Amino acid sequence: MAGIISISGPIVKVSIGNESVRIQDVVYVGALGLIGEVIERDKQSAVVQVYEETEGLMLGEEVVFTGEMLSAELGPGLLGSIYDGIQRPLDLLGRQMQKGVKLDSLDKEKLWHFVPSVKIGDSVTTGTLMGIVTDKSDFEYRIMIPIEKNGVVSSVVKEGEYALNDTLIELDNGEKLSMLQRWPVRMARPFKERIASTKPMITGQRIIDFLFPISEGGSASIPGGFGTGKTILQQTLAKWSDADIIVYIGCGERGNEMTEVLREFPELEDPKNGKRLIERTVLIANTSDMPVSAREASIYMGITIAEYFRDMGYTVALMADSTSRWAEAMRELSGRLNELPAEEGFPSYLASRIASVYERAGKVKTMEGSTGALTMIGAVSPPGGDFSEPVTRYTQRFTSVFWALDKELANARFYPSINHISSHSAYAQSVDAWWDTISPLWGELRLWLIEVLQADEKLQRIVKLLGSEALPEDQKLILFTADLIREFFLQQNAFDEVDMYTSPEKQIEMARALSALNKWWQRCFDEKGIPVRVLKEQEVVNELLSSRLGVSNSQLEWFSEWHARMEAQYESILLTFGEIS
Amino acid sequence: MIIEYTGAQKLKGSLLFFEPVAGVQYGEKVVIRSEEKTVKGKVVALSEIVMLIEILGEPYGLNLDDLKVRFTGNTFELGVSETMLGRVLNAFGETVDEGEDIHSEKRLAIGGSAYNPAHREYPKDFVQTGISAIDGLNVLVKGQKLPIFSVSGTNTNALTAQLVRQIRSSGKRSAVVFAAIGIKYEDARYLMQSISEGENFDTTSVFLNLADEPSINALLLARSALTFAEYLAFEKGYDVITVLYDMTNYCDALREVSSSREEIPSRKGYPGYMYSDLASIYERAGILQGKEGSLTQIPILTMPDGDITHPIPDLTGYITEGQIVLERELQQKGVYPPINVLPSLSRLMNHGSTGLHRRWSAEIYAAYAKAKKAQMLAAIIGEGEMGKAEHDYLAFGKAFENRFITQGENEERTLEETLTIGWELLKLLPPESLTRLKAEDISEHLNK
Repeated sequence: MAGIISISGPIVKVSIGNESVRIQDVVYVGALGLIGEVIERDKQSAVVQVYEETEGLMLGEEVVFTGEMLSAELGPGLLGSIYDGIQRPLDLLGRQMQKGVKLDSLDKEKLWHFVPSVKIGDSVTTGTLMGIVTDKSDFEYRIMIPIEKNGVVSSVVKEGEYALNDTLIELDNGEKLSMLQRWPVRMARPFKERIASTKPMITGQRIIDFLFPISEGGSASIPGGFGTGKTILQQTLAKWSDADIIVYIGCGERGNEMTEVLREFPELEDPKNGKRLIERTVLIANTSDMPVSAREASIYMGITIAEYFRDMGYTVALMADSTSRWAEAMRELSGRLNELPAEEGFPSYLASRIASVYERAGKVKTMEGSTGALTMIGAVSPPGGDFSEPVTRYTQRFTSVFWALDKELANARFYPSINHISSHSAYAQSVDAWWDTISPLWGELRLWLIEVLQADEKLQRIVKLLGSEALPEDQKLILFTADLIREFFLQQNAFDEVDMYTSPEKQIEMARALSALNKWWQRCFDEKGIPVRVLKEQEVVNELLSSRLGVSNSQLEWFSEWHARMEAQYESILLTFGEIS
Repeated sequence: MIIEYTGAQKLKGSLLFFEPVAGVQYGEKVVIRSEEKTVKGKVVALSEIVMLIEILGEPYGLNLDDLKVRFTGNTFELGVSETMLGRVLNAFGETVDEGEDIHSEKRLAIGGSAYNPAHREYPKDFVQTGISAIDGLNVLVKGQKLPIFSVSGTNTNALTAQLVRQIRSSGKRSAVVFAAIGIKYEDARYLMQSISEGENFDTTSVFLNLADEPSINALLLARSALTFAEYLAFEKGYDVITVLYDMTNYCDALREVSSSREEIPSRKGYPGYMYSDLASIYERAGILQGKEGSLTQIPILTMPDGDITHPIPDLTGYITEGQIVLERELQQKGVYPPINVLPSLSRLMNHGSTGLHRRWSAEIYAAYAKAKKAQMLAAIIGEGEMGKAEHDYLAFGKAFENRFITQGENEERTLEETLTIGWELLKLLPPESLTRLKAEDISEHLNK
């Protein structure tokens, strides 16, 4: 008979008796039936990683092999749900986490309105649309023929109300299909092919959309020490990015913070359609005091759910906060297995695990033939804020965008505290064509911003030594322009009604205003040598600065009025300067 | 009938290798007896070949040939009762003061279990500490965990004692559980004296673990104290504030125990699971839906060599909701409590304070940051060379440290008093420079 033969923390070794046990099968351990997963197998025994606290287990206690891999339940009802790392609905669990509780991830009783889109005699295969379920907030779940099923439809139900497990379609080979699918979380779901992405995921955050854009189906990392605003940035992106679906994974983070998300998302309005944000969101919460192995699984769980929506042809954004906790969970489990450690105690397969997670992002042609995208954004919490540690380094290598959060900026209460010198994005070229549809100026303005900021970075070294007064006027002009760019453009208040989201059109206007102002300063200086101190102390500059919070996305005509005032102002300075004084 | 087993195979450090016994639980509490000595132990690994027992006490005097183990059938539990308030206890919840023994109402597993984030209540109620730098600028709220990052050479003992004496919530029933972890005898005597003289001692429980006790006791003590705090908060409806001092001793004990178990170390020799372990302590703060009480935590730690990137403050900072940072330079200037407000932060302040309070605080922060800059400039070019504006800020900076931050070791300021001092200080600055306050704030509070 199968029973426990050794226990060390979350790692339990069991004898397997006559059972047939595959690697990664789910196991119920002990009298309470703690949930675990087979991670090692030899002839007579198996090593199980248990997702719950093992204290109180005894040798010889019974073990049940389910014969199924750790899988996600996929079907209508996912959106708006809040799960723990192994997809148990959190609101059905008690105030404090009890052990061995097994719950349905989706409500099996609830009826959904199903409209079939196949008829008898149709030949169907993986990814064929078999029907549509529309939920109460008008979201269309496109129900597909599950993977590796195909045949000819021999019967199909009429349009009507059905529960998740009801048979909707039968195939000629006897296969019965319902709305519900299961998919093992550690396996990537298949698609036809990857396609190059040329559309940026618009986040409404200026420093991201303009300087370090992320494309739909891209991957990004947000490294930052504690207090640099990682979580706020992740939450801001979850609120404002223009993806159809958001999957938010709180992995090993603060309980109160997760509670804030759980309270706030149902209240927040989706800026796209006025519905509640939670109606297009799936939340996975595995706080730092919950068992460590479920933390390891939670990332895969989230990705699998995200892929399910991608396969319906939607764009999905997945936020994981924080992947460092996931990597540390791997380290802890690896230590319990007595594996030989590589850097800083992490197992040597750390790099390949990180790679295989981020490789599940991408824009794809789905099995159905539609286009879906999964964009992944992972926060990284480097110990001591040191970016040379393994998790930050490997994540940087396997993601295409790097938003480096900076302690100094955060201490100066400058948010988002993305360092504009050490951050980078590989998508700037590929999204240029999309920005052309908004304004042909984007590429040019972006380069101008970067040039000024880089020139400023060099000058700052001198300023640190000698003070800004020691610089010649033309260099002061760069310095003040860079100040203005930071103050007006890069800084963005996530809590201000107007500033929290900037439309692409307004972003262009804001950058254009800065560039025009800079051209006038340059001209005034070139023609009459007017000092920058005079140039920047004009009312139009203050007007521009206050427009950040004062002019909304729908009031863009303000900018053309401002341009007129600004030009008139500097025109008159050019004419009169030197004559009065 | 008590059954004792023989079958000890090996003693190494604080680990006892023992023959496996049927029916033993992982994590079970055991009693080890050898000759005249009795110590407690805990099962830390189980297999069919050998069982590992961690000895919770000094292993000297244990004789392998004459060693018997009794299995209690329970994991570690703490007997709890409201009568533990006003008492001094050890890691096992046994009284160490001169009072009577405690009859416990029930026994609770000290490991605790994770709070479900879907059933937490978001913290938002102000808790008064009586210390201006905290109440005014880094508001503590009920259910928060707000650590103090201390450095050696500051008077942390006095601040700790003051907090334990003063801090109470405005709720109906309020209590403080003070966990003294790995404290030197000298410090313990000072703390005990100072705390027991306070008028709130009858609603205070002290869990005391001295520096010369076995390291594992430090790990148990923190959990015992929190288990008692949870009992008061979630079963008896108290607003409990738990002060844990010093978490650096806790982490060092964790490292020692881990290395004696021959685990693979991570940064600076601390175990790879230190984040999870600290989280299992700090996350036991909060408010649960449908429960009356709350559990607030103030962990206090000493940054080794004043280094905020050291694993102990670093991992703590990743879990807790802000930090209060102490600074030796202020201590040397004679400022008590030596709190440097600039790197200090309470992440939940927005939820526990009024709009006016937040604007006031932002203004003071900005002014003090400018004062610091002016101080640096003065050090380079001399005060004489500076303009009127800079002089104003220099004056503000001095007054801020001497009148606002500085307070007596027994001085308990109300929020009202703290705010009033702040307004007085802001009068030192030209009103047009106060851009974070609204015009009506200025006219109402500054008469300008």
